[in-house]
Amino acid sequence: MTIRHIPLPILIGIAIILLTLICALFAPWIAPYGETEVVGDVWQAPNDHFLFGLDNLGRDLLSRLIYGARITVFVALSATVISFTLGIVLSFTAAVSKGIVDTTLSRLNDLMMSIPTLIFALVLLTAVPQNLTTLILVMAILDSTRVFRLGRAVALDVAVMDFVEAAQLRGEGTWWIILREILPNTLSPLLAEFGLRFAFAILFLSTLSFLGLGIQPPYADWGGMVKDNKDGIIFGISAALIPGAAIAILSVSVNLVVDWMMKRTSSLKGGRGDA
Amino acid sequence: MPDKLEKSSPKGQMLSVRNLKIEATSYPQGGAPRRISIVDDISFDLGKGKVLGLIGESGAGKSTIGLAALAYGRGGVEITGGQVLLDGEDLLTASNTRIRQIRGSRVCYVSQSAAASFNPAHRLGEQVVEAAIRHKLMNREEAHKRACHLFSILGLPDPHTFGSRYPHQVSGGQLQRAMTAMALCSSPDLIVFDEPTTALDVTTQIDVLAAIKHAIEETGTSALYITHDLAVVAQVADDIMVLRNGRTVEYGPVQKIIDAPSEDYTRKLVNVRSIRHSQASGQNLPFFEMIGITAGYAGGVDVLHEVSLHVAKGQTLAIVGESGSGKSTLARVATGLLPPSSGEVVLDGQELRPALKQRSRDELRKVQLIYQMADTAMNPRQTVGDIIGRPLTFYDGLRGSARKAKVVELLDQIEMGKAFIDRYPAELSGGQKQRVAIARALAASPELIICDEPTSALDPLVADGILKLLLDLQAERQLSYVFITHDIAIVRAIADSVAVMFQGELVRFGPKSDVLSPPFDDYTDLLLKSVPEMRPGWLEEVIASRKQASADN
Repeated sequence: MTIRHIPLPILIGIAIILLTLICALFAPWIAPYGETEVVGDVWQAPNDHFLFGLDNLGRDLLSRLIYGARITVFVALSATVISFTLGIVLSFTAAVSKGIVDTTLSRLNDLMMSIPTLIFALVLLTAVPQNLTTLILVMAILDSTRVFRLGRAVALDVAVMDFVEAAQLRGEGTWWIILREILPNTLSPLLAEFGLRFAFAILFLSTLSFLGLGIQPPYADWGGMVKDNKDGIIFGISAALIPGAAIAILSVSVNLVVDWMMKRTSSLKGGRGDA
Repeated sequence: MPDKLEKSSPKGQMLSVRNLKIEATSYPQGGAPRRISIVDDISFDLGKGKVLGLIGESGAGKSTIGLAALAYGRGGVEITGGQVLLDGEDLLTASNTRIRQIRGSRVCYVSQSAAASFNPAHRLGEQVVEAAIRHKLMNREEAHKRACHLFSILGLPDPHTFGSRYPHQVSGGQLQRAMTAMALCSSPDLIVFDEPTTALDVTTQIDVLAAIKHAIEETGTSALYITHDLAVVAQVADDIMVLRNGRTVEYGPVQKIIDAPSEDYTRKLVNVRSIRHSQASGQNLPFFEMIGITAGYAGGVDVLHEVSLHVAKGQTLAIVGESGSGKSTLARVATGLLPPSSGEVVLDGQELRPALKQRSRDELRKVQLIYQMADTAMNPRQTVGDIIGRPLTFYDGLRGSARKAKVVELLDQIEMGKAFIDRYPAELSGGQKQRVAIARALAASPELIICDEPTSALDPLVADGILKLLLDLQAERQLSYVFITHDIAIVRAIADSVAVMFQGELVRFGPKSDVLSPPFDDYTDLLLKSVPEMRPGWLEEVIASRKQASADN
């Protein structure tokens, strides 16, 4: 298949994701000014030098947006990947083992889910030392409960198929059955969930930053930038909308691409999938 | 061919199909969409009160033609040419409103799976009368009265209260008859039966067949009867049309098609199951043995009671019985999926441990299972090469080119060739899938293969090929088979010894020649008499002899 077979919206989505990744990787070379450098007046309007204008402390918004991509994407991506790994492993183990293992894991999961995520996160993050690792882990663990729910449901559907029984009859171990027999057949719903979860992770990180528990100043992240500039909205200054728009555009792009990937793998009969 | 089109149907014909053409658009992988023809130039006439049998293997276009009689095309299918005249009125040019008036009142449809066609949340009676009331053919009271009448014609128990049951409260055969009642309720001119007995046990099949035949005669309805079993259609039809790849192969009266077919393909269909396997002598040396097996599922009653049977090296034991007789449970016990509550399983003089997890890899290798549904028995995301190759890696540690060479060798043995190595199961036909499943079992170099109805989901000709393959492999490798089936014809064809199961008990067990010759016990007798024979009039004889038997008792 060539690039011409990819529909235009998907191409735009891929381009935006690539752009974000490039910004994240090469921020110091791309950004016209430093991340924490004060270059002019507070909330200076956009002009030739400052494409998006300046923020509440007189820092260049474009530069901070580029630096912010770094931390936002890194945290959201690692949190989502960890939550998926954790959620899938636990849920598939529950679905394959059944019995007491399933009950224990599922009820523990229910217990976690019964506490509102944001409050849980606030309590945890105020209790543990604040650094990037704990932030990612807390986000990942809280998110993994949702992945567990979905993972268990889809794995149960596949675990009763004859080919799983055939693998058991062959004497295959649990890991083979989980990774080679069940996982490939549950990929479509899980991929869809991945796109959604990634978008949620960005939003969740933004929420935490907005509340002051995410990324700490002076470092830039998109959610934090919204918080820093929110007061400007009352004065008709649009600085807060720019990082907000960045979050929205990236979320939409990720979901477009994931939906398309899902369509390509979700042939009901399996095999190569539909184009 | 518009010049060949006749302007109106001949007098007295209920349904006349003229030059019917049905097409669909296919979207091949990486290619441009193209038009394919599903049904091409089909013409037939069906008189009032007559039955036409449409017969052919899957993909022949039988169901598509049947649905065209309701001016309906399944998803993606378009009726592009010809005429379908119901009592002289062309349905293909009729308006949607007109077609809605006709469906369910003048033309009705009976599908293959009644279980999937009834709404499980509503009572049977309500669903049976729905169309008649909806079309304002009769009021609710009359409709229920007619339903009762039909239930009694169709031989359903307690016709007056039968309608108040839910679909899950009646058996599969009763459900199929209830569906026939639903079709008959609005006194249609034409009923399309789409394989109504294919999913049923042989013993149930005759009851349903007889009920359908009786009901058609009683109500004077015309019918299209679709099936892949020539012996079945010979019992109910007046005329038969043999189809292949959407074209007519042969069309004529039943007697002529069966006694003097003029086409090769028809002859093959008539002579299907011509496999003859002479019974092996010396069956008393057990290679695989199940002794005093009693087993049941968690929290339930026992499904198997004290079953003991055995098979000798290189021979075939056929286990027959209808659904629910415990055949498949026996296979689960043998493979260790269901540890028995008492009794033991012995292979080659060594006792196999009851539970799967306790068995060693070598013990697992020796006993292989072939499933009924090859579709679900293979991982849809693995290629044929991976599916067959995995046991080679798992048991023998073969990798890379050694594994590939062995896979190709196995593909040759199942008569498929190495071009299939990169295909996915979805890209294979039903018969090919079952062959790959056989190759996967062979890859483990087993000594015993348990076949759980491997051919019951296949067309007769394809099934024949699979059975031949199994017999060849047996001769070549000295394999023992435990062959589970409900089809006595298959037992006759391939078995050395036979075990008859009924409600979890072994009714009869021994060499084929003993089991299949009189004196019979009642159940074996019933099973044997239920296998349709390929001659018209067989059904009446069986029903008559049954009535005779019950009168004697």
